[in-house]
Amino acid sequence: MDLELSDDQVSLRDGIQALLAGRFDMERVRTGFDRAMYDELAEAGVFSLISDGFVWADAAIVFEQLGEFCVPGPLVTCAITGECASHVETSTVAIEHVSTVDYVYQIADTVTRAPASSFSGVASDWPLDPLTPILKVGSGVFGESVGDAELAQAFRRRGTVLTAAFQLGMAQRLTTMTVDYAKSRVQFDRPIGSFQAIKHLLADMVVRNEVARAAVYAAAAHLDEPDESGLDRTIAVAKVLAGEAAVVNGKTATQVHGGMGYTWEVDVHLYLKRAWLLETHFGSAESRCDDLAAILSA
Amino acid sequence: MELRYSEAEESFRATLREWLEHSLPAVPPQPSREDWVARRQWDADWQRRLFDGGYAGLNWPKEYGGQGATPTEQLIFFEETAKARAPYVGANFVGTLHAGPTLIEEGTGAQKAAHLPNILRGDEIWCQGFSEPGAGSDLAGLRTRADRDGDDYVLNGQKIWCSFGQIADVGEFLVRTDPDAPKNRGISWLILPMDLPGIEIRPIKTALGSSEFCEVFLTDVRVPVSQRVGAENDGWRVTNVTLKYERGTAFVSELIDSLRLCRDAAKLTSDAAHLRELGHCYAAFDGLWSLTKRNVSQTSRGTAGAGGMVIKLAYSEARQRFGELCLRMLERDGLHIEGNELVEERLRTLALTIAAGASQIQRNIISERVLGLPREPR
Repeated sequence: MDLELSDDQVSLRDGIQALLAGRFDMERVRTGFDRAMYDELAEAGVFSLISDGFVWADAAIVFEQLGEFCVPGPLVTCAITGECASHVETSTVAIEHVSTVDYVYQIADTVTRAPASSFSGVASDWPLDPLTPILKVGSGVFGESVGDAELAQAFRRRGTVLTAAFQLGMAQRLTTMTVDYAKSRVQFDRPIGSFQAIKHLLADMVVRNEVARAAVYAAAAHLDEPDESGLDRTIAVAKVLAGEAAVVNGKTATQVHGGMGYTWEVDVHLYLKRAWLLETHFGSAESRCDDLAAILSA
Repeated sequence: MELRYSEAEESFRATLREWLEHSLPAVPPQPSREDWVARRQWDADWQRRLFDGGYAGLNWPKEYGGQGATPTEQLIFFEETAKARAPYVGANFVGTLHAGPTLIEEGTGAQKAAHLPNILRGDEIWCQGFSEPGAGSDLAGLRTRADRDGDDYVLNGQKIWCSFGQIADVGEFLVRTDPDAPKNRGISWLILPMDLPGIEIRPIKTALGSSEFCEVFLTDVRVPVSQRVGAENDGWRVTNVTLKYERGTAFVSELIDSLRLCRDAAKLTSDAAHLRELGHCYAAFDGLWSLTKRNVSQTSRGTAGAGGMVIKLAYSEARQRFGELCLRMLERDGLHIEGNELVEERLRTLALTIAAGASQIQRNIISERVLGLPREPR
């Protein structure tokens, strides 16, 4: 039993962190997801970790870092389908990244897909997450069957874990940037981080990160086990805690940054908006709490 | 990362389970809450069973009669005993988990010989005399005086929140031996036999109606200087040496118990809002259980993350949230405490965010030690 990173995993984390720090600074992130970005990440192996011999725990570590850097794009979908693809679940009212991806998958009771070019509708000119373009769908059919309920379950489990890992990374980076701000921002002749009203908000960010990180690592390590008993419970817990960590830390970060937190210039809103978006992927915290209650009542 | 336990750990677990299966049927029913003599006996008997079974002092070094278990074995022990609903450490808490380890680290040969075997066998119950009416969150501001008189200290003052004070044989006491030194540098750690003349113990009735806490009044109590552990005025450091014995396992029993209570509570309601909140509580407890395992993993490697500081804060608040939910689910079925574990627990958990470091102090500690933010006045 070991829920800490192995030496190899530390190297993996440091490697992806160095790559992202070098090539995915916020200036580039703010340009949004494009094919060059996909190719670069694909070449780095981000979407082929399992076929390259890594395990899901490794993939979670990589996606945690992608979340730290707020890298845009349907990265989780690309990793679980092996295609340049975005996905929808039961609701088809909005589709992400249609103009960049090859396919749009529907991961519901079964797995189906259609070429992205087959969807028509109205492109949102004001998407919630400015880095996630949205097509408001008028029509489109997920005609091609890709897999049965078993594949849908596998995609959902893996997608949930990677999404939670990404949310965890966002929650962590929101904490780092907010702590840095609280140490440097001076009011009443003191850094605002010296006031308990601020310190306690920041401590709560740490609490959410630590608990979510343990839950995400436990869920990812569980995916690597042949024994599936309790797996869906572990995964639901990870999604609840990481989703909340990202969203609540996003709101806390906005508050502590004061007026600057409400500006386009400061990165906080980009993280918070992505956190909200990811709450619509693989079950919101609320729906995952309902899943847990159903498991408890069964 | 790896969820599976090693073969040796699984074998430890299997042996323990077998021992519990064999031992638990012989444990008599738990005595009533206010029968302190019977409670002491019940807790001491369980400690004796652990001793005879080779499970006493699991985290103590072998040379002092302990088992020298690994952190993971310690985790498994707490997990399995909680799952089997074995007796909790109870009145043996201070002796086995705090005073004993302190003596191992800082005691003289004579002090160790006088107490460690007794603690392990359940023959000696300890209490803790740290907090005072004027020294709660600011513990280092304690004022109970120990004035040197020949080979004795003469103690005068008042202690509070002394668990099991009414049945304890011995206490670990923090006293002020240098009133002129900066406040955490004038404190000494004493072994105090609780039957000395001048010690008066008065139980405090809690909001639950129970009386596990006591006030201890000290009037001209003479204690030989040989009962001091560690150097004079070095007690603040001495009292912190036991942290390494906890090894991330402090809330294992509580978390296992909380997960069980969530499963029980699921049977109480079909209300969608209550069930959602229950799922939320379960997620919090299960996440903390994973964090506990992660802490133990880090301890096994000789490293430490922020997890240890987080668990107490997050657990106590999650447990209160769960207790509140239970009261709402039970509605008018929850208007009596007897036979209602969930109602009793709701009351008991009121203390969780206050005892052993109030949540506000925990947040100060996390923001200062983990995040490096400016320190509060000391």
